[in-house]
Amino acid sequence: MLGHAVDAAPQQESTREELLVLPGEVGRSGGRLVVSLRGEPKTLNPLIAADTRSREVIGVMQADLVHINRTTQLTEPALAKSWKISPDGLEYTLILRQGLRFSDGQPFDADDVLFTFQVCLDEKVHASQRDLLIVGGKPIAVRKVNAHTVVFRLEKTYGVGERLFDGLAILPRHLLEKPYKEGKLGQIGTLATPANQWAGLGPFRLKEYAAGQRLVLERNPYFWKTDAQGNRLPYLDELVFLSVPNADAQVLKFQSGETDVISQLGAENFSVLSRQHSYTMADAGPGLEYNFLFFNLNDAGEKTSPETQRKQRWFREVKFRQAVSATVDREAIVRLVYQGRGVPLWGLVAPGNHRWANEKLAHSPRSLERARELLKEAGFSWSIGPDGESLLQDSDGKPVEFSILTSSSNADRAKMAALIQDDLKQLGMRVQVVPLEFRSLLDRVTQTKEYDACVMGIASYDADPNSDINVWLSSGGTHLWNPSQAHPATSWEAEIDRLIEEQMSARTFGQRKNLYDRAQEILAGYQPMIFLASPDILAGAKNSVGNFHPAVLEPYVFWNVEQIYLKSARENVTR
Amino acid sequence: MRARRTFARWLVALGLLHGIVVFAGFFAPYDPVEQDRKSPYLPPMRFHLVDAHGHLHMRPFVYSLRLREGSFDQYEEDPAQPHPVKLFLRGARYRLLGFLPCQMHFFGAESARIYLLGSDAYGRDQFSRFLVGGQVSLAAGLLGAGLTLLIGLCVGAMAGYYGGWRDNVLMRLAELFLALPWLYLLFALRAFLPLAVGPLEAFFLIIAVIGAVGWARPARLVRGVVLSAKERDFVRAARGFGATNRYLLRRHILPETSSVLLTQAAILIPQYVLAEMALSFLGLGVPEPLPSWGNLLSSLQQYSVLVSYWWMYLPSLIMVPFFLGYLGLASSLQERGEAYKIDRRNLGTLT
Repeated sequence: MLGHAVDAAPQQESTREELLVLPGEVGRSGGRLVVSLRGEPKTLNPLIAADTRSREVIGVMQADLVHINRTTQLTEPALAKSWKISPDGLEYTLILRQGLRFSDGQPFDADDVLFTFQVCLDEKVHASQRDLLIVGGKPIAVRKVNAHTVVFRLEKTYGVGERLFDGLAILPRHLLEKPYKEGKLGQIGTLATPANQWAGLGPFRLKEYAAGQRLVLERNPYFWKTDAQGNRLPYLDELVFLSVPNADAQVLKFQSGETDVISQLGAENFSVLSRQHSYTMADAGPGLEYNFLFFNLNDAGEKTSPETQRKQRWFREVKFRQAVSATVDREAIVRLVYQGRGVPLWGLVAPGNHRWANEKLAHSPRSLERARELLKEAGFSWSIGPDGESLLQDSDGKPVEFSILTSSSNADRAKMAALIQDDLKQLGMRVQVVPLEFRSLLDRVTQTKEYDACVMGIASYDADPNSDINVWLSSGGTHLWNPSQAHPATSWEAEIDRLIEEQMSARTFGQRKNLYDRAQEILAGYQPMIFLASPDILAGAKNSVGNFHPAVLEPYVFWNVEQIYLKSARENVTR
Repeated sequence: MRARRTFARWLVALGLLHGIVVFAGFFAPYDPVEQDRKSPYLPPMRFHLVDAHGHLHMRPFVYSLRLREGSFDQYEEDPAQPHPVKLFLRGARYRLLGFLPCQMHFFGAESARIYLLGSDAYGRDQFSRFLVGGQVSLAAGLLGAGLTLLIGLCVGAMAGYYGGWRDNVLMRLAELFLALPWLYLLFALRAFLPLAVGPLEAFFLIIAVIGAVGWARPARLVRGVVLSAKERDFVRAARGFGATNRYLLRRHILPETSSVLLTQAAILIPQYVLAEMALSFLGLGVPEPLPSWGNLLSSLQQYSVLVSYWWMYLPSLIMVPFFLGYLGLASSLQERGEAYKIDRRNLGTLT
């Protein structure tokens, strides 16, 4: 397969195309890149996509108005070539690029932007982005000034600013308006959609799909970016996503040469691949995933079993949680679970997030003495067990025993739980680790609320801490230790709520950072989540893949997919 | 005569192997759940007689291993200090036979840990885990087989002796059980039971589950033996003298089934050890950190372990003699049983 001449560029008619010129290494056009996905994407429709696989595929087919550069973590012009914020911070004026076309050749203008926001804000559509577009309790108002100027008006100042446009795919009005009016928007964009009925503004467009096997995307000839020499991007002719069942299968496919790139690698598989020299392995540094242990602090009243209520008396004790935190050997977790490719964690904002992490947060080293002291102060005592081991008991003389849930599909977290179990044994706590299938685990944590403790992890999708707003706010669904509260259960949760609400409308980075730092300190003091560790983002590619620069933000490898290229043509002939 | 000798040989071999497992606390140098977080995935240590300077030592010794610079899982020997292997030294506490508090271990070194079979992801000694895990797995096999044989004996005796509708119902039920794919039945059964159970409860659950699944085959065999035994002349005679059913079963009929039961036991025990391993391998057996043979192998599900740490396979290799022992025992039992039958038949024609 020879790469066809660069630029099957569409003929320009009325307006000149305003292309975005990307800096960086100039590559070679042509070729096909194959990558594996863990499982199949569920949909191509950005409005309903919730799973990471769908997001990854949609990410290379769609484009947004303003984009966050995955390496600098700052915003950059995308479909909007510039923007202006009014002095009161409520109005955003975006100037769109002119002469752009969707991947099916239809022109793009302000009406598409208007349509996109109309659809996303429509309650009947149940768009996953809707929550993000409600600022100060009111949806963002959008006004068209002319064919290439759009004004957004917010109810309240919004600290996140233009970042809110990142990842919001601009939809093709000419294709979606009819289904939208018929109320069928949720049903379109399945993987089986014929290629000529789907379009986007991203670097690749749909070519064909074989159920359960692969999704083939081809180069979008109308894509609006060029390299430094003026060659139209993307370089690759085809991008193929293979579906494989799990992480190990991904590694096997990569080793057998069937795939060119592998991402979201575990540390152990990373070191297996690092031993071979035909690959470029990249450790992008600690990412935004944070793993933590939390206790059941729900107050479900009479629904809670007496057994759980009795245990909750310990869990509610701050000193108990602080003692557990002081006992956890975070260094061992980094070493044994991540083979040293990670960092210990003491707060919700992962250290990979350089701008927002609170450097002043105390990194208290592991100390069993301090833990014992804290427990003693909280009224716990020790008895001598039958084998001479000391057993922790509460003020009523009941032994401290509880179980920790982990997801059975995540070997890393199961290992963390096993390490914590051993750590807590040294305090005289008897802990059982219970691996559960992830869905039934979530059900226990968020619905039935029948559990003692749980180890979980969350990966923030943006460096701006507002992406974790539902973890911070006591009303949030992922405020896991006590989700979706009507009123904050404790005074410190109320204080965090206040700080987070306040930073939402704070306008400078300094103000917001101060408020977030304070919230991080409160969280670290009360330890409702005992933070454990944050893994590095690990990826690999064949040596023949150019411009391979993984970032710590999603999508780790394909954030610059339009610039990724294959260094030699021969590499592909064999496939 | 020859059959008896091979039988005795197998029995002694098995007895030795089981003895080591029964006294696992003594033969294992360390506590099987103790983590040595500085040495995850340590390869098995080598015993030396000649040190780095070329001096010959009377006692075998080991060098402790240290991480190679800049790597996580590559170790090298630290030749600075040899650690001589000592026998009968004091170490971690354990309970001999489950109740005698004890601290004496068969071997070890004073200033370093000896990893005979390497260590796992948490730096736990694989050799100690293998021996102590054997207690769990073998006990599950033995008790499970015992339970199965008991059920099989009762069902078989009832069906064979009383016959009629009881026989029909029980044997159709047995056929149903034989037709079921037992491994999947085990999964289904285990899935119904609560997940969060303590180690001891989990252990007995497994035994109950395994034991309840396999009774059909021994029941059919026992039924056959009982059917033929109850028509024997001496049984008829005893019945003629007014012996009760219970007396007949206990005194004349059930003893006839003993050789069948013994052979079955020798076949079932290794099968059930494997069943326990299958459950534990899939995370449905005794919970971590307790070792069992299945738990020991479960880390091999990870591709990276499979290709990086060869010593994680070793437990599966040293299990082989156990299974071989039981198979040998079963075949020599069968031989002996046949010889015994022929003897008796000859005797019968003589009278």
